[in-house]
Amino acid sequence: MALTTIGTAARQGATAFTRQRRDFAGGLFKAVILLSLIVSLAVLAVLIVDTVADGWAQLSTRAWDFLNGSLRSRSIDDKLGVKQGLYGSLWIGIIVAASAFPVGVGAAVYLEEYAPKSRWSSIIELVIRNLAGVPSVVYGLLGLFLFVERSTIFGFLGLGWLADATGGRSVLSAGLTLAVLVLPIVIITAQEAVRAVPTGLKEGAYGLGATKSEMVRTQILPYAAPGILTGTLLAMSRAIGEAAPLILVGAISGGLTRNPDVWDTSGLREKFTALPIIIVEWVSERGRDPGFATAAAAAIVVLLVLVLLMNMTAILLRNRFEKKRG
Amino acid sequence: MTTGHDTRLDSFNDTGLDPFNTKGGRPEDPDMTATDQRADEPVLDPAAREGAELPTERTVIFDVEELNVYYGDFRAVRDASLKVHKNEITAFIGPSGCGKTTLLRCFNRMNDLIETARVTGSLRYHGVDLYHPKVDSVEVRRQIGMVFQKPNPFPKSIWANVAYGPRVAGLAKKGPAMDDIVENSLRKAALWDEVKDRLDENALGLSGGQQQRLCIARAIATDPDVLLMDEPCSALDPIATTRIEELMHGLKDDYSIVIVTHNMQQAARVSDRTAFFSVEVNPESDTRTGILVEYDSTQKMFSNPADERTENYVTGRFG
Repeated sequence: MALTTIGTAARQGATAFTRQRRDFAGGLFKAVILLSLIVSLAVLAVLIVDTVADGWAQLSTRAWDFLNGSLRSRSIDDKLGVKQGLYGSLWIGIIVAASAFPVGVGAAVYLEEYAPKSRWSSIIELVIRNLAGVPSVVYGLLGLFLFVERSTIFGFLGLGWLADATGGRSVLSAGLTLAVLVLPIVIITAQEAVRAVPTGLKEGAYGLGATKSEMVRTQILPYAAPGILTGTLLAMSRAIGEAAPLILVGAISGGLTRNPDVWDTSGLREKFTALPIIIVEWVSERGRDPGFATAAAAAIVVLLVLVLLMNMTAILLRNRFEKKRG
Repeated sequence: MTTGHDTRLDSFNDTGLDPFNTKGGRPEDPDMTATDQRADEPVLDPAAREGAELPTERTVIFDVEELNVYYGDFRAVRDASLKVHKNEITAFIGPSGCGKTTLLRCFNRMNDLIETARVTGSLRYHGVDLYHPKVDSVEVRRQIGMVFQKPNPFPKSIWANVAYGPRVAGLAKKGPAMDDIVENSLRKAALWDEVKDRLDENALGLSGGQQQRLCIARAIATDPDVLLMDEPCSALDPIATTRIEELMHGLKDDYSIVIVTHNMQQAARVSDRTAFFSVEVNPESDTRTGILVEYDSTQKMFSNPADERTENYVTGRFG
């Protein structure tokens, strides 16, 4: 019967297929999802524009001095700036990348390629996924006991030397704490990248007599590199924006004796601060000295630019590796 | 090493040879006795094969006896026994799920990559038990090359693809020696003339048929003894398929080839011997186990098979 209907329609010509009714539900759905996109973008745009406008007084007149200045007690101070925070945040990023990247990739490759698929391996994966959702304050506490103070528990486990090595409340402690914080994220993204390597490539390598480690080195790592890199850099951006764990591991907002240059590694084991800490401090100071509101907004812009630069690097690197992979 | 293991160790190597040691190179033929001198005779032309029985005393490469393959509790192949001969093309045909690919993947221990896979029975390569604990699967795969169903060139240059095997095997490093290996392998795979001017280009830029010939060149480059081909033409168009089939005829002078194919005509065109596999459904567990129904010269299999199931299959009555 259906066939005859179509046959009749065909004989009547193409008019039989013109739209008979308007698709109102479809149109409404499209409008709603478009609106959600616009709302989320608008909120972001307002935030950025507002922040830039607030901080404009600092950024337009003395941007370079602001980048090179240090923590001061008065907002009109000529030497007010974020260099100490930049130093802390930059080195935190570097330490996070240098420690979370190799450990995370190693763990991911092990879980995907070496670990026997058993109940234990699935429990471990579940734990890692849950760790990625643990509040950052908890990691701050862990960092405090593991890297800052010589706590009894970790001393008992033979890890007491860590606190001596980091120098206590230092950039090194902060970087390592945040590395532990982002490690689950790095592992999960790297695992996904490793899992996406086509079976054909793995079998091709094995079929030519490659050992497992040769296969991992020549097929898995190059193919997964874009995904792994993106994951690591996004994790770095997240680490740089964290404030809560830094408060716990002892970032301070005043009384810094030094204002080291970016490549001066001697500051790594000393008292430190970071951009998010400076922002929190200045926002809380604005009641006493309204000029700090402007300074805080300017510091936020600096932090945003830093994070955007890192994300852009991530995207550029990914594109480059993907092109290589063909 | 426990004493209980010693009997197994004896059977590891009847011949006193150790083909998978680190010395490299091909193993000597353990069966190369006086009666086996015919193995050195030129291989029969496929055209001249009509009506001629294949020499049965030709050197045996693989001797499979009562082989069973399990994935966990599931038995994928049951009691397969057959002999693969030197410088011949042996075809495995049969419907989907009949275990032909599974059996092929035992020949270079590719099934090891599947955690639950388990093999019982005996699979001897030049008299050596391939599944003996002392046999290293990596060494096995260096001597027994494989070409896969879907062309799987590495996302690297054409040159790097061919050089991969020799490099991991330590046969050569970058330089004139490796360039020679790459050129020879590409020539043998009938691809040299098409790619000689663009060896540095990414292999993924080649057509599907070229990619598959590159994969054959890549497999040849490690100088294997045997080439296993797992439905090498199933992703290719008829013209590319013809080129691969022509290539296989040329390759069997130097290599022994085992090919799995869905395509009966292909088996009839290229192979010297054909094994027909079928599926046995277990009514209790509703699982499907592959069984070897019949194995004989291709000519006999397609003209006068002994088993009715083979006849039904080759005449197109099922499958």
